[in-house]
Amino acid sequence: MLRDITLGQYYQADSVIHKLDPRVKLIATITFIISLFIVQNFVGYIVAALFLVLAIKLSKVPFRFMVKGMRAIVFLLMITVVFNLFLTPGEALITVWKITITKEGLRTAVFMAIRLIFLIIGSSVMTLTTTPNSLTDGMEKLMNPLKKIRVPVHEVAMMMSIALRFIPILLEETDKIMKAQIARGADFESGNLIKKAKSLVPLLVPLFISAFRRANDLAMAMEARCYRGGDHRTKMKPLKYKRRDAAAYGMLVCYFALCIVANIII
Amino acid sequence: MSLILDHVNYVYGGDTELAVRALKDINLVIPDGQFIGLIGHTGSGKSTLVQHLNGLMKPTSGSIFFNGEDVHDEDYDKKKLRSKVGLVFQYPEHQLFEIDVFSDVCYGPKNLGLEQKEVELRAYAALKQVGLEDEFFYQSPFDLSGGQKRRVAIAGVLAMKPDILILDEPTAGLDPKGRDEILDQIAKLHKETGITVILVSHSMEDVAKYVERIIVMNKGAVLYDDVPKEVFKHYKELEQVGLAAPQVTYIMQALKEKGLPVNTEVTTIPEAKDEILRVLLS
Repeated sequence: MLRDITLGQYYQADSVIHKLDPRVKLIATITFIISLFIVQNFVGYIVAALFLVLAIKLSKVPFRFMVKGMRAIVFLLMITVVFNLFLTPGEALITVWKITITKEGLRTAVFMAIRLIFLIIGSSVMTLTTTPNSLTDGMEKLMNPLKKIRVPVHEVAMMMSIALRFIPILLEETDKIMKAQIARGADFESGNLIKKAKSLVPLLVPLFISAFRRANDLAMAMEARCYRGGDHRTKMKPLKYKRRDAAAYGMLVCYFALCIVANIII
Repeated sequence: MSLILDHVNYVYGGDTELAVRALKDINLVIPDGQFIGLIGHTGSGKSTLVQHLNGLMKPTSGSIFFNGEDVHDEDYDKKKLRSKVGLVFQYPEHQLFEIDVFSDVCYGPKNLGLEQKEVELRAYAALKQVGLEDEFFYQSPFDLSGGQKRRVAIAGVLAMKPDILILDEPTAGLDPKGRDEILDQIAKLHKETGITVILVSHSMEDVAKYVERIIVMNKGAVLYDDVPKEVFKHYKELEQVGLAAPQVTYIMQALKEKGLPVNTEVTTIPEAKDEILRVLLS
């Protein structure tokens, strides 16, 4: 049940998208998200959808895996849709008793839903095709200029990569402890809210302990290998742009231009 | 009182291309009071199998019967099953959470909805059964040594008074002394209470000394299911699946090859000593 979250779960495949420089993928994802909020009409969303479909097709990751990440936001999605649908003032479309659905409300609700869905799928494409390590590598490189204003870029990137790395481990651990406590008669499902919250204690205490233990072990192992971050640290595989990365940037610019054009013309 | 597995199959990962058949057509009868060793290489499906025995996992196909009732029937009380089939996971000390040892052991029986007094009696008895001294009862479980923590965790399951006790690699990560102590304690428990014990391990050496029946798993299927000396006869096949017979078997086989007419069926060191002496003196 806990394995449904795709965040930070890499899907191994041999595709163009997988081979792209992580910086390209990061910038593309950010651009894609920005474009989703610039676009104000259906034509624009069709352009975005086409771009997304192209990326998914090229990535060779089964569509199923993208949708998996959606389950986590179903609730958020529903709230957004409902609020927008019923609470936007404007031209009434249907009125049942005191509830009114307006034309504007329907429009915003649909757009909001599309935005959220595209946003999640778009970022899933990135996380599914990029290993957490190369992702943080890319981030570090992109944020490098910030070092001038004393932002500890390397440390932040390191922390992020460790956090990402630990998500699947902790999920597995949770699953294991949950099973162990169920075997001891624990019940995580029935009862009211307070009872449910209380029933989580036997799960959370061991989980935290294990997280701290792992953190401690990791720190020790890093220290034992003389890790020190920051300046003068070299990389075994430094990031280098290749021709396909330039092509990808080109496509990205075309896409963004197309979005703006779609917005202005229609 | 018995546990029966009938054509149990389990597939991980559903119908995707990543699907793995973790269990393949498992048929087992586990009668009352047996001391069983479940042996298999890492990834042979032994952990998956034991999680089926107490209803934590549901077979993809096939059925499991406990005392004649199908445990995956709609109206079957899973909680009761879990109290009757006690499962001690690998590294069980990672599940401890209470402020002191005694309260932690109380957690299981408390979940069964027993009275406070009964809960405490059971916790006390369980802690005694695993051989933990009184002085540790009100210490934090996190202050104990590895072996002690593990005993507390085993007591946590024992306090539910199961009919079947399953231990998944109870000696993993312990030193030889801790290992022997835990195994001796389990053997003693089995002898005194007549409880059915299933000992999951990847080491023949560990189980050869204690168990009366060995089930060998390989790639999700049961390879052998027999008394130890019969299983050890297949020592060459065992090696092929990444396991090994006890050292004694190898020594006896080697002696026989060199021309000493010993009985190669012995499984423990004292038996081997007697056998060699018998042949030499005769």
